[in-house]
Amino acid sequence: MIRVQSDDFDPGAEIAKLHAGRSDIGAVASFVGLVRGESHGEKLTSMTLEHFPGMTERELERIEEQARARWALDDVVIVHRVGELKPGARIVLVATAAAHRAAAFEAAEFLMDYLKTRAPFWKRELRASGEHWVEARGSDDDAAARWR
Amino acid sequence: MKLLYFAWVRQKVGRGEEIVDAPRHVATVGALAEWLKAKGGGYAEAFADPKRMRAAVNQEHVGFDAPVKAGDEVAFFPPVTGG
Repeated sequence: MIRVQSDDFDPGAEIAKLHAGRSDIGAVASFVGLVRGESHGEKLTSMTLEHFPGMTERELERIEEQARARWALDDVVIVHRVGELKPGARIVLVATAAAHRAAAFEAAEFLMDYLKTRAPFWKRELRASGEHWVEARGSDDDAAARWR
Repeated sequence: MKLLYFAWVRQKVGRGEEIVDAPRHVATVGALAEWLKAKGGGYAEAFADPKRMRAAVNQEHVGFDAPVKAGDEVAFFPPVTGG
């Protein structure tokens, strides 16, 4: 399940929904990404996330499909926020449900690595020195390349 | 052709979207980027370094050698930084 929204989300409630009423799921792995309060040695005032409406959802669906093709997953939830976020705010949730933990852990990491390099989101930071677009990191490409 | 711009590409170009009639020789994403760059001003700045630019045709990631044709939706944007 894919959601792109400006509102905050409740990780506990999302995880509970993932396995509610089911006894075949033995493992749920989750990742929550947060806004750090410091960047490039400066205090961060806020971070604004822009996205490509339509393509974002399609790309996240494609990433979910790839994860489901590789691992025996019972369910997947990806929630990503857009708009202006303050330090400490939740940005993204990825949670995977499977019979056993290995599939859940690995798929969650795969989803995050692919999301970071494929999903059309862009971060702009507001710091003391002004507005700065966040630069993509080569280490994110390397992390995604591991899965090929 | 419908063009979309995101993040600093949108800021440099000065708009988020526009409809253009590209000449017949503009048959790839790369040729389209070159044609836009030649418009000068913010376009020249945005398209100065193709290595910093990514593209999507009809909401699919593509390389600069990908074909484009009338009616396509082509998006230009920096490498993505979500998550």
